[in-house]
Amino acid sequence: MCLQSLYVYSHMIEVNDLRKAFGDVEAVRGVSFSVAAGEVFGFLGPNGAGKTTTINMLCTLAKPTSGSATVAGHDVASERDDVRRHIGLVFQDPTLDGHLTAGQNLKLHAELYGVPSELVAPRMEQVLTMVGLMDRRGHEVKTFSGGMRRRLEIARGLMHSPRVLFLDEPTIGLDPQTRSSIWRYIHELREREEITIFMTTHYMDEAEFCDRIAIMDQGQIVALDTPAALKAQVGADRIKIETEDDDAALEALHPYDAKRSEGGIAFYVPEGAQFVPRLFAELEVPITSVSVSRPSLDDVFMSFTGKTIRDAESAPDGNRMIMRAMTGRR
Amino acid sequence: MSTLDVVRVIVPERSYRNELRAIKIVWLRELIRTRKDRLGMVTSLVQPLLFLFVLGSGLGSTTFIYPGILCMSVMFTAIFSAATIVWDREFGFLREMMVAPVRRSSIVIGKCLGGATVASLQGVILIVLAPLADVSYSVPLVLGIFGLMLLLSFAMTAFGVMLAVRIKQMQSFMRLTQMLIMPMFFISGALFPVTELPGWLAFLNRLDPITYAVDPMRRLVLGGDTPGVTWFGWPVPAGLEVLMIAVLGLIMLAIAVWEFSDTE
Ligand SMILES: Nc1ncnc2c1ncn2[C@@H]1O[C@H](COP(=O)(O)OP(=O)(O)OP(=O)(O)O)[C@@H](O)[C@H]1O
Ligand SMILES: [Mg+2]
Repeated sequence: MCLQSLYVYSHMIEVNDLRKAFGDVEAVRGVSFSVAAGEVFGFLGPNGAGKTTTINMLCTLAKPTSGSATVAGHDVASERDDVRRHIGLVFQDPTLDGHLTAGQNLKLHAELYGVPSELVAPRMEQVLTMVGLMDRRGHEVKTFSGGMRRRLEIARGLMHSPRVLFLDEPTIGLDPQTRSSIWRYIHELREREEITIFMTTHYMDEAEFCDRIAIMDQGQIVALDTPAALKAQVGADRIKIETEDDDAALEALHPYDAKRSEGGIAFYVPEGAQFVPRLFAELEVPITSVSVSRPSLDDVFMSFTGKTIRDAESAPDGNRMIMRAMTGRR
Repeated sequence: MSTLDVVRVIVPERSYRNELRAIKIVWLRELIRTRKDRLGMVTSLVQPLLFLFVLGSGLGSTTFIYPGILCMSVMFTAIFSAATIVWDREFGFLREMMVAPVRRSSIVIGKCLGGATVASLQGVILIVLAPLADVSYSVPLVLGIFGLMLLLSFAMTAFGVMLAVRIKQMQSFMRLTQMLIMPMFFISGALFPVTELPGWLAFLNRLDPITYAVDPMRRLVLGGDTPGVTWFGWPVPAGLEVLMIAVLGLIMLAIAVWEFSDTE
């Protein structure tokens, strides 16, 4: 690789004060960031934060209202075709042709992208094998399960060896097993191919897999760093106790802004481990259990946006997934 | 698998060869989808056959309306073909085509050629049935009919695509096309001679583009002895009629391409 191309690709994605308004709805209000080649970069944010809108601008499907962005060294507004040649996309909503077979869907993609004919078959075999669908290549896509379709879409996005792969909520509505296999492909990918991955997600545990994450809320990036650094910024440990008289304990812990949580009481202190002995010594209510946890990305999200990503309600994990699947917008 | 055996693809810059590949694959997709839709093929034959044999026999003029029925079959199939753009949008597949590094015009052209091919193939079944309508074959006749069908179906698909690009819902598309196509079909004179019409109908008839597709078709089938369409007493030559359909088709194609390039 010559020096110049090293320079060009040192930032695979560069975004500068990008904005998008639909009428008087400002979906994206000036975001700036850059993504290095080979990075897995995540966008984390609640519904309507503007994640998809940002992706649409980066992949040339929507024109920015103002601001600029380059992908693989090409401007998304003035060099659309060059951008398109270098990116692969997995949209939030499915975009397969159910009447065609898996193989036909990939073939169609290869033809649209001008993949050299002699490479179509070997590349198809490679991407289908990777997502474990090689033996289903001749089946119509409408007979596939949701997880299989998702895997096929990922394979399709990779057919033309893109430099940047955009994944808009690749694991939404999938069972935990399929989710983890999708993450396995993503890790495999970065080992085998020189690829940069830009993805969005709702799941905190998935955000942990990213090299860096940007937390997006109401069209703006409110925090951007590695998951570890973000957690360090929050700085506080979470203490959760159960007591024999929660009301009295709440009253006593008022200075720490304690709140009821999942049948107990939770609050934050800078050094959890040192605080526990004091707690036992000073709290007059008998304590039946105590736990101290390091900050999670949930806490990070909370501290930057003032709410949990579950939009201020405490639905258990399973429901959350189902609810998302049902309310997923097209 | 090791890092070494990764098949690396380099997507080439845009070229005419690639645009042709894109047109071809979009065209092929229409054919594949139609081939799988056997039921659709059968049901879309029901209406023309009903008109031809039931209405035709009832009026005692199967041969006379045969050319009009050919046009009808082609018109409806072509419009349904264009409707798949609306489906593709609803089911998301349109986006897959929209982000590909090819011209939007290639996609529209592929789509129109696909629709034209499907509609003409449907028409071939009706050509095969010609003897049942007392039309006797000859090579020039069959070639001529097939050529006219190709042209009409291309123009009709372009018309459909032009509408489909703007319409986001299948139901609205269906209602709109029904509202436009039925009158166009009836007014065109597909089912009656256009020489002795009352003034208002003659006026509408001469404005209806389908008139100029039905007329040359009828002249071919019935031979030279049919009085054709006239403008203020001047018999319009068949060549001019064909040219009008071709030009209209190209204009609508251009509008469709232009609209499609404009959508986000
Ligand atoms: N085509 C559009 N027309 C009008 N408003 C739009 C359009 N697309 C998005 N919006 C609005 O822009 C905002 C951001 O939407 P966007 O789809 O980018 O959110 P998101 O972060 O992807 O959310 P989700 O997690 O639900 O996918 C929302 O308020 C949405 O209503
Ligand atoms: Mg989204």
